[in-house]
Amino acid sequence: MEITKPALAGTLESSDCQVTVEPGDGKIDFALESAVINQYGNQIRKVVMETLNNLGINNVKIAIVDKGALDCTIKARVEGAVSRATDHFENNLWGGTGK
Amino acid sequence: MINAVGRDIPDEILKQTGKQPFMGNHHFDGYEYKKDGPVTKCVINNTDSKMVDNIREVLVKCGIKDGMTLGFHHHFREGDYIVNMVMEQVHNLGIKDITICASSLGKAHDPLLEYIEDGTIVGIQSSGVRGKIGQAISDGKLKGLAIMRSHGGRVRAIESGEVRIDIAFIGAPTSDDYGNLRGIGGKSNCGVLSYSMVDADYADKVVAITDCLVSFPNFPAHISMTKVDYVVVVDEIGNPDKIATGAAKPTSDMRKLMMADYCTEFVVNAPYFKDGFSYQTGVGGASIASTVSLAKVMKERNVRMRFGVGGLTKPMCDLLENGQVDALLDTQDFDLSAVESVIKTKHFRISAGEYADPFNKGAVVNKLDYVILAALEVDVNFNCNVVVGSDGVVTGAQGGHPDTAAGAKCTIVISPLIQGRIPAICTNVTTVTTPGESIDVVITDYGIAINPKRQDLIECMKEVDLPFKTIEELRDIAYSIVGEPERVQFDDKVVGIIEGRDGTIMDVVRKIKKFEFSEA
Repeated sequence: MEITKPALAGTLESSDCQVTVEPGDGKIDFALESAVINQYGNQIRKVVMETLNNLGINNVKIAIVDKGALDCTIKARVEGAVSRATDHFENNLWGGTGK
Repeated sequence: MINAVGRDIPDEILKQTGKQPFMGNHHFDGYEYKKDGPVTKCVINNTDSKMVDNIREVLVKCGIKDGMTLGFHHHFREGDYIVNMVMEQVHNLGIKDITICASSLGKAHDPLLEYIEDGTIVGIQSSGVRGKIGQAISDGKLKGLAIMRSHGGRVRAIESGEVRIDIAFIGAPTSDDYGNLRGIGGKSNCGVLSYSMVDADYADKVVAITDCLVSFPNFPAHISMTKVDYVVVVDEIGNPDKIATGAAKPTSDMRKLMMADYCTEFVVNAPYFKDGFSYQTGVGGASIASTVSLAKVMKERNVRMRFGVGGLTKPMCDLLENGQVDALLDTQDFDLSAVESVIKTKHFRISAGEYADPFNKGAVVNKLDYVILAALEVDVNFNCNVVVGSDGVVTGAQGGHPDTAAGAKCTIVISPLIQGRIPAICTNVTTVTTPGESIDVVITDYGIAINPKRQDLIECMKEVDLPFKTIEELRDIAYSIVGEPERVQFDDKVVGIIEGRDGTIMDVVRKIKKFEFSEA
């Protein structure tokens, strides 16, 4: 799938995260700001990369401001942002990640 | 060297501080030593005044110079004006290399950051720090080592002469012109002056700063004129409305109320719950709620408390008001209701030394049946961390945590299993402040773990309907929800020590390293 426009999902509430995606320049650009980056930075990146991979996204600028969200929340917010950025809402996502 | 809580204390830190690694709570029991004493300038004449016009002048009169150690107390908590007021003048005089020895520091003292950066302040000794000072310490900006010590530990350090306070500043809600000080009676009341009593006894110079000068004699004095060199009147010494900042208000959080109920159920089923028991709580929401629910059970079963200790809050003072406790012993007031209660005849003021000092002939904490505490982290060895955040930055205070935990017969720690994404029960705490040997029970919203050392408690809870689990099970539940945290990345440089209450090194705090992703 191709990211064609910027989109955002999530909030800055505690235990949530806000995910912003924009069209990339040929690769995945990942930026993370997190209250728990010291303990969970690598884990968050892993979840984001897996989710993007499952969605078939490899060209995106993705920025996450995390307020201690669990993996399931992060995954859902990434899926949400990508859906909005690709106008792709069928068959996907909230019954199980894009296959 | 590995100490008794399994922490590796670098040899160069032991050498630099002349301290020993922690060797267990009772290692120094029976230890004999000669107490230190202050240099005292006698006042025999009946003509001179102790009144000085302003802080700058009093600093000069006290002979302020580079490298001195200044003492402060924290009864105004986040509403304190004294520390900043004094340090501004110290800075303006161009004095350098000052060590601050405070009973605690908070976010109210963020302005000190500038003085840490320019070398006015090179040492910080406190129960804890928050905000910008904590960040500065963790970033390695403080020239010397930060020392975090408990309330009892501070008294020990001063009485033993390990720390010599050159000038102590006491923010006094009322004072007369001869330095009789009280924590009440003025426009900014903090209730008690317990933490500054040791400063008054052991500092070479003692300066009272007040915003309410009353006529002589300001009796009964909480701190006597016999210990005070000078009195300075300023516009405001603090904002009492901010005393309660950071401390919990009555909670409506169901999770905390549930833990409070668990706690009360545990307390009343433990063997110490009988007429004449003693009790202390911290100021966490669940701890406060547990006092409220305990009061209900005490009434139902007609059980009376002999004495309550604190760190006092409204629910504890209500016990006195309602005739459910014989006496309150007070070292600090966490809200204005507690401040107001100080005038009651059975509300007794005690010094920090009487409260918690392990190096005197016996402190109140040793007479406690129960203490209810909180913690940022508890590990599977029951070690608690209350000073360093899970992100590795100094952001909390020991307070009386290690003192009461060591003294009480039944030490209960209440903590939600997870806070945001941070597991409170973990394999290894970031930094040990209170050793696991002091902790008997950990209560979380997902279950209760009794320290296996306390087979007697495990035995008497057999028939009790509470969700008992092992501490490892609690950790595993936490990790199953939030994932296992990675260890925070630290620099090798040691920026602070966590001092045991007996003066040994419980743990070290290292400089924080900027997070870097591992190679994918």
